[in-house]
Amino acid sequence: MQIEARESVALWQVVLAPLAAVLMALALCSLLIVWTGSSVGAAYLALWQGGVGSRFALTETLTRATPLILTGLAVAVAFRAKLWNIGAEGQFYAGALAATLLGSGAITAPAWLLIPLLLAAGAGAGGLLLGIPAWLKVRFRVDEVVTTLLLNFIVLLAVSYLLEGPLKDPLALGWPQARPIMATGVLPKLMERTRLHGGLLLALAAAGLIWGINRLTIWGYEMKAVGSNPEAAAFLGIPVHRVILYTSLLSGGLAGLAGVSEVTGLKGYLTLDLSPGFGYSGIVVAMLAQQHPLGVVAAAVFIAGIYVGADSMSRSLGVPTYLADVIVATALLGMLVSSWLTHYRIRWEKKRD
Amino acid sequence: MTGWSAPSASPAGGEEVLALEGISKRFGSLLANDQIRLTLRAGQVLALLGENGAGKTTLMNILFGHYRADQGTIRVMGQPLVAGSPAAAIAAGIGMVHQRFALAENLSVLDNIVVGTQPLWRPWLQKRQALHKLQTLANSFGLAVDPQARVGDLTVGEQQRVEILKVLYRDARLLILDEPTAVLTPQETHQLFTTLRRLTAEGLSIILISHKLQEVMQVSDRIVVLRAGRVVADVDTSSTTPEQLAGWMVGQQVPPLVKLPLVAGDPVLQLKQVTAQGSSPQPIQDLSLTLYRSQIVGIAGVAGNGQTTLANLLCGLIPPLAGEFCLWGRVVSWPSPRGMVQEGMARIPEDRHQMGVMGSLSIEENLLAERYWHPTFSRWGFRRSKRIREQALAWMQQYDVRCPQADGSKALHLPIQLLSGGNMQKVILARGLAENPPIIVAHQPTRGLDLGAVAYVHQQLLAAREAGAAILLISEDLDELLRLADRIGVMVRGRLSPPVPVAQTSVQELGLRMAGQPERVTSVAGGGGNAD
Amino acid sequence: MIELFFSVSFWVATLRIATPLIFGTLGELLCERAGVLNLGIEGIMTMGAMVGWLSVYQGAGLWGGVVAAAVAGAVAGFLHSALTVRLGLSQHVTGIGITLLSTNLAYFGYRMVLPEVSSPPKIIPFGDYPLPGLSKIPVLGEILFQQPPLTYGAVCLVVAVGYGLYHTPLGLAVRMVGENPQAAEAQGIPVYGVRSGAVVVGSALMGVAGAFLTLSAFDAFFFNIVNGRGWICIALVVFASWQPYKALAGALLFAGFDALQLRLQQIWGGGIPYQFFLMLPYLLSIVALVLVSRQSRSPQALLLPFRKGERT
Repeated sequence: MQIEARESVALWQVVLAPLAAVLMALALCSLLIVWTGSSVGAAYLALWQGGVGSRFALTETLTRATPLILTGLAVAVAFRAKLWNIGAEGQFYAGALAATLLGSGAITAPAWLLIPLLLAAGAGAGGLLLGIPAWLKVRFRVDEVVTTLLLNFIVLLAVSYLLEGPLKDPLALGWPQARPIMATGVLPKLMERTRLHGGLLLALAAAGLIWGINRLTIWGYEMKAVGSNPEAAAFLGIPVHRVILYTSLLSGGLAGLAGVSEVTGLKGYLTLDLSPGFGYSGIVVAMLAQQHPLGVVAAAVFIAGIYVGADSMSRSLGVPTYLADVIVATALLGMLVSSWLTHYRIRWEKKRD
Repeated sequence: MTGWSAPSASPAGGEEVLALEGISKRFGSLLANDQIRLTLRAGQVLALLGENGAGKTTLMNILFGHYRADQGTIRVMGQPLVAGSPAAAIAAGIGMVHQRFALAENLSVLDNIVVGTQPLWRPWLQKRQALHKLQTLANSFGLAVDPQARVGDLTVGEQQRVEILKVLYRDARLLILDEPTAVLTPQETHQLFTTLRRLTAEGLSIILISHKLQEVMQVSDRIVVLRAGRVVADVDTSSTTPEQLAGWMVGQQVPPLVKLPLVAGDPVLQLKQVTAQGSSPQPIQDLSLTLYRSQIVGIAGVAGNGQTTLANLLCGLIPPLAGEFCLWGRVVSWPSPRGMVQEGMARIPEDRHQMGVMGSLSIEENLLAERYWHPTFSRWGFRRSKRIREQALAWMQQYDVRCPQADGSKALHLPIQLLSGGNMQKVILARGLAENPPIIVAHQPTRGLDLGAVAYVHQQLLAAREAGAAILLISEDLDELLRLADRIGVMVRGRLSPPVPVAQTSVQELGLRMAGQPERVTSVAGGGGNAD
Repeated sequence: MIELFFSVSFWVATLRIATPLIFGTLGELLCERAGVLNLGIEGIMTMGAMVGWLSVYQGAGLWGGVVAAAVAGAVAGFLHSALTVRLGLSQHVTGIGITLLSTNLAYFGYRMVLPEVSSPPKIIPFGDYPLPGLSKIPVLGEILFQQPPLTYGAVCLVVAVGYGLYHTPLGLAVRMVGENPQAAEAQGIPVYGVRSGAVVVGSALMGVAGAFLTLSAFDAFFFNIVNGRGWICIALVVFASWQPYKALAGALLFAGFDALQLRLQQIWGGGIPYQFFLMLPYLLSIVALVLVSRQSRSPQALLLPFRKGERT
């Protein structure tokens, strides 16, 4: 068996790779469904219907996709400069926390002022949080993978402290949750009788913006150059450290926005389970999208569909909801394999004597 | 032109050790080896001569099992060799000293030599026996080296000794040396050749891969010339001449370089007793240097004597710790790469792949990498893609950058890593030289290029000199320096000897200085002329 | 405060907290020495914790549980090595994928076996196992020789890995493929085999690290049981400069701080919120990384895939 590099990658292969990965994931995970005793067909039908089968299901999926688009963009943007942002979860909470600090009574302002303020504060908090590991990376050459991961735990503990202490809502019957965001800080609903909110437009705008930055601006160029070869980039006069720092602010800011969007658009108040792992799922979203900002939107909708569908599948068939996470993780690994297959081929050689 | 009309060697020497028959290897569209046939006898030094890209290294990698040939057979001592397995090659008594040393820098000399020689599942390492065997070998072949030293702390010459010891430790009877002298001083080269003679006297056989004619004439018994993947000549060394070999190697004549006599102009760049320390281990100390317009200053020296630090300093990557760095008569207080570009400096980095290009970016993006921020190419942070494309296309055509997959404007958007080394270097030259820069810092600008590309780079540098540029050329190739430079200085352990006019020096003198023995220079000066 | 450091129970606790860190750090160290970063550690520990606990719950016996956890870890490690070593895929992304997959598979499996329980069922964990004779030594014996068996195992493992890496041909091969796989191959070392083997064995150790949590430290499996310990192990490997004995020292230092914060929490519990104490290990890991960042010398081929016969 020999592995050979392909000379060129066709466009259809790039498009087909994520689809192949998803099919592979669904096929593998059907084994788990067999274990639960349900029929695979019925389970996936329930998943489909729960995810996209009705108007309500679709809006639920888009609602769930909103934060995933933003965290997916966060990971993808950082990855363009080969910065590993595995701390989107922490930045998400930092953003939500900032919005809570300012939006639950500290500032009284009309909506046209308060909402942008909360968004800016959340983005700033998320950006600064990723700025710490990025600074440690350029200043001390500390690997950002571990530091961003560890910061997730620190932020969660800090939020936990605030929710049990200074920020605790006295009306919450002892539950650790913060006072609700004021009405003027809440993102507008997009549709009657659904949970779809303005965060979706924000996420779509962010995807378009990142796409534009990548394609049209010198910043997009600088990030790509640093991601390709930081040593050569430095030699050629690209300010590598500055690029890493502003990339981190942008990436962390996007994850922070996801937090603001969830707390002001959907839940209305901060709790410790505001995110069921949006930061980590963002990694999968970015990889499935092959870091393309518009691909991120598609991948986020897909993954949101899996999660929402799995919830309803779980309710109707009793399959544990963790199946959704397993499918998503398998899709990530499947994506790696299928993108490998677009770059290499396996040649089976006949034995010669 | 055809291989078999060239004279064949007479079957002198000992028994036949190695026979290659009809070896072919294809990489995608490139036929790297085409029906290659050669034999080697015990006690012989066979030189495999050819330009970069002629297929020498591919052939040896097939012999050593790194690659598997598409066709052909290999017999060692009359026995067929299992293809594609370094372990089988080692077992058959073949040892290879790679051009880039195959050493783990963080491990000790002994570890590097012993690894793989003992059964993997044995529960202990036999260190004492290994040490004993190593010392015996080192003594009998005159290859002294400290077995406990960390390999990364050794000099390049010592590392090469480790490589040879590694091969001898495995009882190799056939040594392949891939461009072994590329990194050595002339004196170290001489020492290496003495070692090779001692080895063949013991009945070992050697294949020496090289593109240096003088060396090959000096040390080999037989010469096989490869061109474009085919054997074009197979001759006894005593029955050939360097001119004949060059003709076989190149196929066509490279136009000779014309270096016009010019009078040096005004000083442009000055280093005054500069000390600097970069990321490379060797700092520079107390270094003074002046570049004048219309003049090429050459810096000779063995790699690792501070040339990289000097180049990094001049390119704006590191600041001077002491002393003054002046450009255009003004002190540069905060050097930066972009600042140097703005001051009119063209920079050709030492390592194309590592420093020169961003591999996954397109040719266009690489061409404009030093100027993308300039108002000509960006406005309000937006890239002016039309202008960028026009400029890149113009440079690509002016410098004749050729891409195998596509041409013209289509090629602009292909990743630069698809280009050959020579074409990549053209991109780097275009980026720096197209705007007629008044200052050029070129660090090893021809390393790893084939003869045609080397001639192209040389012509470009001489043309820039005629256009009035002040040029610094750092090179490990003395021939190159003697042909291009007006003055040559030598770097040893971070210090630079004052550059002297090229007519007043010689290969021998430069060699002694490079070896750190300037006190012996006077005794041989005048004895040697210029290299040819 | 001072008397704390003289109390036997403090040192006993330190050793116990260190045990899973030692297993996990050594496992990661083996992988990284062979040139493979294994970010799957967090998930593999979770998987080990679940499988170990489940096996015991199903009646396999405590040692059966440890073996089952090791096997589960090895399987995950095999997957990681197939993707990163054989195919040369991104070690970062693969590792994160393995963590997501094995964590959620563990949760899924747990929910499948126990669909509707609110309080997790308990098992009888490993007890202390005083070594005859040695445990009678005053103070030292009480600290070192009255531990649960896996703690002894962890300390022995440090010695074994230290010996194995530096004094056996196989260990030398592991170090070589992590430094320069091309050179290793030229010396006849089967690079894929050695790298894959190191990842599989290292991952098995991570599985055991997880099993210690459910079979020795606690007596049940619950969600988020690993809680970042895997990431801390990765930081510890860097802190230990990829050397087994320093890894032991690092794990002990770390566990010492953890034991200390538990005590301090009891002493000053009223004044300072417990979350700040819980943050300490993570903060400490970051500080440790910053401290060693200057002189750390990582295996040179770490993160670099090896592709046989690829032109360079």
